[in-house]
Amino acid sequence: MSNLLKVENLHVYYGSIHAIKGVSFDVNEGEIVTLIGANGAGKSTTLNTVAGLLKPRSGSILLNGQSIAGVPADKIVSRGMALCPEGRRVFLQMSVKENLEMGGFTRPAGEIADSIEDVYQRFPRLKERYKQVAGTLSGGEQQMLAMGRALMSKPKLLMLDEPSMGLAPILVEQIFDIIKELHEAGTTILLVEQNAQMALSVADRAYVLETGNIVKEGPALELLNDDAVKNAYLGD
Amino acid sequence: MGLIRVSFLSNLINGISLGSVYAIIALGYTMVYGIAKMLNFAHGDVIMIGAYISFCVTHYMGMPAWVSVLASMLVCTLLGMTIERLAYKPLRSAPSLAVLITAIGMSYFLQNVAQLIWGANPKSFNSIVEMEPLRLFGGQLIITDEAIVTVLACIIIMVCLTLFTEKTKMGKAMRAVSEDKGAAQLMGINVNMTISVTFAIGSALAAIAGVLLCSTYPALMPTTGSMPGIKAFTAAVFGGIGSIPGAMLGGILLGVIEIFGKSYISTELGDAIVFAILIILLLVKPTGLLGKKINEKV
Repeated sequence: MSNLLKVENLHVYYGSIHAIKGVSFDVNEGEIVTLIGANGAGKSTTLNTVAGLLKPRSGSILLNGQSIAGVPADKIVSRGMALCPEGRRVFLQMSVKENLEMGGFTRPAGEIADSIEDVYQRFPRLKERYKQVAGTLSGGEQQMLAMGRALMSKPKLLMLDEPSMGLAPILVEQIFDIIKELHEAGTTILLVEQNAQMALSVADRAYVLETGNIVKEGPALELLNDDAVKNAYLGD
Repeated sequence: MGLIRVSFLSNLINGISLGSVYAIIALGYTMVYGIAKMLNFAHGDVIMIGAYISFCVTHYMGMPAWVSVLASMLVCTLLGMTIERLAYKPLRSAPSLAVLITAIGMSYFLQNVAQLIWGANPKSFNSIVEMEPLRLFGGQLIITDEAIVTVLACIIIMVCLTLFTEKTKMGKAMRAVSEDKGAAQLMGINVNMTISVTFAIGSALAAIAGVLLCSTYPALMPTTGSMPGIKAFTAAVFGGIGSIPGAMLGGILLGVIEIFGKSYISTELGDAIVFAILIILLLVKPTGLLGKKINEKV
C-alpha cells in the first residue's frame, strides 16, 4: 500500500499559540483513518492545515508524493482532496443543486450533471429537495449536502470533520453507514470525530490527539479495546 | 389631464430617472460589500473619473458618445481593480475600520488627482444622448431623452446582473464567496480573483452611472461623485446591503423620495427628508427593505 497522504512533523500556530506540535501521520490508499481526541486537541486545525485553509509553520504534507504544505485551499482541490468542513458550512442561501455545482467547481462543465446524479443516487433526500435553499434543510440533510458537495470534486482523499456533530443518534448511524459505503466504493477517508466510539468502529487505523500531539496510534480495533482510550474517550 | 397630475407624473419620472442612477451606483456598493464585506467609499469618485474620461474622449478627441462610454467603462474597470489590488487587498485580514479609513483616503486621493488633471472649475458635460424628448398629453408632459436612456440602462443592467449571478458559474461563485469565503475556497474557488471581478463589474457600472448622471446634471467637477456616492450608499442600505434587487429598489425609491421631497415639501430639506426616512426605516427594519435574513434550522 502506498501513502496517499503523508504528514510529517507538522507545526501550526494561531498567532502566538502553538496549536499543533509536531504531528505526523499517514493515510494509505483505500483506508479509513480517524483522528480522535477531546475538544481543542487540534483535530480540526490539523485537517484545515492539510486542506490549505491554514498555513503550517513547519513540517511537510505530501499528497500522492507531492508537497502541498502552504498551498492555498483552492489550488489543492483539483489535486484530488476535498474537505467536508466542521459545522457543514453549506451555502445556506443557495439551492441544493447550486451547492453541488459549487462542489464541482474545478471539474469540466460537461461532467457536472452526471456527478450530481451520482450524488442524488447516494443521497435520495437531496434529489427530492434539489430546488430548495440549503438554509431550509434539516441538520442531517445539510450534512448529507456537505458530503455530497465534497464528493462532487471526485476526491481521492475525502476528509470529514465532525460529520456527526449536532445530529440525532439515528442520523449519526445513517451518516456512518454512508461513510462505510463510500469506503467500500473505494474512497480513501480521513475522519475527525469526537464520537470516538463510532469513528473507531468504522476506521482501519486511528491516531489519538492530545493538546497538539499524537499520543497513541494503531489499528482502530486495538484502540477500541485500549483501556486508556476507553477511559478517556469512550466514556465507559 | 390636469396640470397637477401632469406635474406629479413629471416628478415621478424625474425621480425614477435619478433613482436609476442611484441604483446603478448602489449595485457597485452592494456587490462589493456582499463579497469583500467592505464599504468602498471611493466608489462615488470612480463615477466622477468615469465622467471625466467620457468628457475627454468626446470633447478633446472628438469621438462619438458610445466610444466615450466604452472608454470610460474600460478605464474605470482597470481603476477599480487597481484600487482593490493596491489599497484593499493588503488589508484583507486587517480590522474593518482600517479598510474603511483606507477607502475614505482613496476617495480624497481620487478627487485630488482629478483636480490636478482637470482643475477645480466645473466642466460642462455634453449629454451623450441626442434624441428628441418624448412629448405626451399634447406636449404637457415632457420626458427627456436622458431620462428614457437612464431608466432603460438601469433595467438592462438589472436583468444582466440577475442572470449573471443566478446562471453563470462565476456569478454563482460570487454568491458562494459572499456567504462563506473559507467554504468557497474549499470548493476550489479563487477568492481573490472573485473579489477582483466584483470590483471590475462595480467600477464598470460606476462609469455608466457617471456618464448618465452628468448627461442629466452637466456640471462636472472633482467632487461630482461624492454626493451621489453617499446617496447611492444610502440606497444600498435602504434596500438591504448585500442584496442586488435591494440596491435597485432602494435606489429608485430614494430618487423618487428625493424629487418629491424637493418639489412638494422643501427644496432645501430634500436631502434631509431622504435621510430621515432612511433612519425611520432602519429603526423598523434594521436589515433594510430586502435585507437577507434566513432562518437556519439546526
